[in-house]
Amino acid sequence: MNNSAGVPSPHVTVSLEGVRRGARAISPVLVGQLPYATVVGLSAQAHGFSMLEAALMSGLMFAGAAQLLALGAWVYPPPIFGTTLAATMVNLRFVLMGPLMAPWMDHLRGWKRWGLLFFLVDNAWAMSVQEIEKGKRDAGFLLGAGLVLWFFWVTGTMAGFLVGDFVAPPPGHPLFFAALAVFIAMLVPLWKGRRDILPWITAAATAALVSHLMPGTAWHVVAGAIAGSFVGLLQTWAGKAYAA
Amino acid sequence: MRLDPWIVLAIVSMALATYATRAGGYWLFSRFDPPQAVRIMLSYVPGTLFVSFVTPSIINGGVKEWIGAVATLLVATRTKSPAWPIAIGTGAAWIIFEMR
Repeated sequence: MNNSAGVPSPHVTVSLEGVRRGARAISPVLVGQLPYATVVGLSAQAHGFSMLEAALMSGLMFAGAAQLLALGAWVYPPPIFGTTLAATMVNLRFVLMGPLMAPWMDHLRGWKRWGLLFFLVDNAWAMSVQEIEKGKRDAGFLLGAGLVLWFFWVTGTMAGFLVGDFVAPPPGHPLFFAALAVFIAMLVPLWKGRRDILPWITAAATAALVSHLMPGTAWHVVAGAIAGSFVGLLQTWAGKAYAA
Repeated sequence: MRLDPWIVLAIVSMALATYATRAGGYWLFSRFDPPQAVRIMLSYVPGTLFVSFVTPSIINGGVKEWIGAVATLLVATRTKSPAWPIAIGTGAAWIIFEMR
């Protein structure tokens, strides 16, 4: 992963030109992001957040899946440990995404490196990986793409909040199904074929059981993900044993 | 505008955890090679996690959620756009809601 060792250090910059290029490249993605931000704002409003709290959540977390998950299982007062652990689980994919930024980050220091990593979101990351593969050395690209997504993420959340305020849909209204639909739709690109059958069934069964035993918490998400991934590990080991 | 201390605490705590995953992955993998078992389990995390999130809500829901879920899945398998499955799935749930 770390390719800085022994390689002459390429000059990695964070230039305004790179910021502009990143901002331009990411713009088409906004069409998909805005409805998602609206749903986050709508859910926050329905769970009794103030608009400032909703904007704060989007501005500081900048992680749609984790935010919707937290809002989906929201109770007041919030169980800090449980919600934080669930958010960490949802965001574990970032742990796998970060290392691919090494060709840029290894050559940056201080706020440039650690500040840029804040903007590691799915689409900005995917486009930055392509830039790195093309041999580009301007990390401003990630900053530009991330800033545009961040700005519309926060304003989109506030817009969704106002919609919720105006329409004031009662609990159980089908508008809230949108938050669930976001995740159901996400399952399709995540499905990698037969290898997912057993882990997904395990996850579903575990989550159903835990949510029945501990209603009103987010533990079913954590338990289901761990149980399902563990079955995936066992299956991989067993598959290797048979294949050998 | 109101800022509830509990809500702010939860938000800040989740935000710190989120940043830790963003910066921590780069930091960790640039220093250590994680065991193969950890890598394999992590590769299963996104899918199993979202399955765990939606299953109880669908099971505990009603006809509205079931029809909406099927519609969302059907559209998602036929388009790469993130917006259409959400819009049509929610629309289907709404139609069922209005019919009952």
